Amino acid sequence: MESKRKFLKTALIALIYLAVWEAVSLLVGKELLFPSPLVTLTRLFGLLTQAKSWLFAGLTLLRIMTGYLLGLIAGVLLAVLTTRSRFAEALLSPLRSIVKASPVTSFILLALLWLTSDLVPLFISFLMVVPMVWAATAEAIAQTDTRLVEMGRVFGLTRWQIVKKIYIPSVLPQFLAACTTALGFAWKSGVAAEIIALPKQSIGYQLYASKLRIETPDLFAWTLFIVALSILLERLLVTSMRRIRRDA
Amino acid sequence: MPDTITVKNLSKSFAGNDVLRDFSAEIPLSNAIVLRGASGIGKTTLFRLLLGLEQPDMGEICGMENKKASAVFQEDRLLPWARALENVALVSNEIRAKDALGRLGLGEHMHLLPKELSGGMKRRVAIARALAYGGDILFLDEPFTGLDDENKRVAARTLLEAGVPILVITHDDSEAELFGKYREIRVG
Repeated sequence: MESKRKFLKTALIALIYLAVWEAVSLLVGKELLFPSPLVTLTRLFGLLTQAKSWLFAGLTLLRIMTGYLLGLIAGVLLAVLTTRSRFAEALLSPLRSIVKASPVTSFILLALLWLTSDLVPLFISFLMVVPMVWAATAEAIAQTDTRLVEMGRVFGLTRWQIVKKIYIPSVLPQFLAACTTALGFAWKSGVAAEIIALPKQSIGYQLYASKLRIETPDLFAWTLFIVALSILLERLLVTSMRRIRRDA
Repeated sequence: MPDTITVKNLSKSFAGNDVLRDFSAEIPLSNAIVLRGASGIGKTTLFRLLLGLEQPDMGEICGMENKKASAVFQEDRLLPWARALENVALVSNEIRAKDALGRLGLGEHMHLLPKELSGGMKRRVAIARALAYGGDILFLDEPFTGLDDENKRVAARTLLEAGVPILVITHDDSEAELFGKYREIRVG
């Protein structure tokens, strides 16, 4: 009964959005400027039935997720390093501030000078994830209850046992929350990097090409595809994280 | 001749405030030793120094070398994400943990998280952890906080059954008497 109500509520919200979309499209009156839901969904269906669309999506996903995962690893390592060494914190924290404060397009343009177009989205995703995970993990490590660590020392726990039994469970909630937020940023900035760097087989290139050819329905359809992939990825991540937290 | 811990001219200050000043004592490791002194006089600091959690500014401690110390801290210091059994097994093994929890009347509550336990139950889990760990000497800092009289008696009896020297901080004479014949050392 509850799930049926939830489904009806979701369907109603979707219908409201579709109605508003249709109304705006009718108001504009030009498919080239603002295509209707029907035209966009037909185009999206066309994309989904083409193998190459999935190849582009797969390669985009591969680039962004590689950057994302490397960013998670680097973020955690930097957090451990900077919480253990004041010198490392003083040395490296300006870098974190610079990356956080600078516009992502500046880094995309710079990365274009240094890297091949295929590597730019990977690098940009990495760059967006690192400061977020680094800051959240470092804060969580610093907030770990030192009295528990003392307890571990008195009862003869090894350094690894203290990390595994005290630090990791203590840091996990903030780390997992940062992972979820970072995924959205990695995805958005990664696709933006593709639009500028234009690796041939990518969603970003398809978006750019649609804009060049003024194929607005294609632009809408690819955007919907990106949104759907992003939601799917986030759901997968949230489910895995629930499992990790339950098992931890 | 019982084993002793010798404390010589021990001083410790925090942020310029002397907490322990030129304290010396011979602590015989037999039966129970009760540390007495006014609040804030440095009893817990002495505990921490004996446990090696703090380094003295001056003075020295002899007789703690090669001793395995077990402790009940002033706070429970339980892992909030771990069940009672896991908290105790963390420092021993499951068999010893179940035994210690059972002896303290927590057999039916060992699968609960600390947030699901009452204050007195959490205290007993902390005592069970110290017992399950074993050790050559038991350090107890206000061990019976939050326990009713019956549970205090059971906890004291179980602690004495461990058969190791007990060093306890308590303000309460009746709690000290639960350890039977005890020696008193004044701090400060």
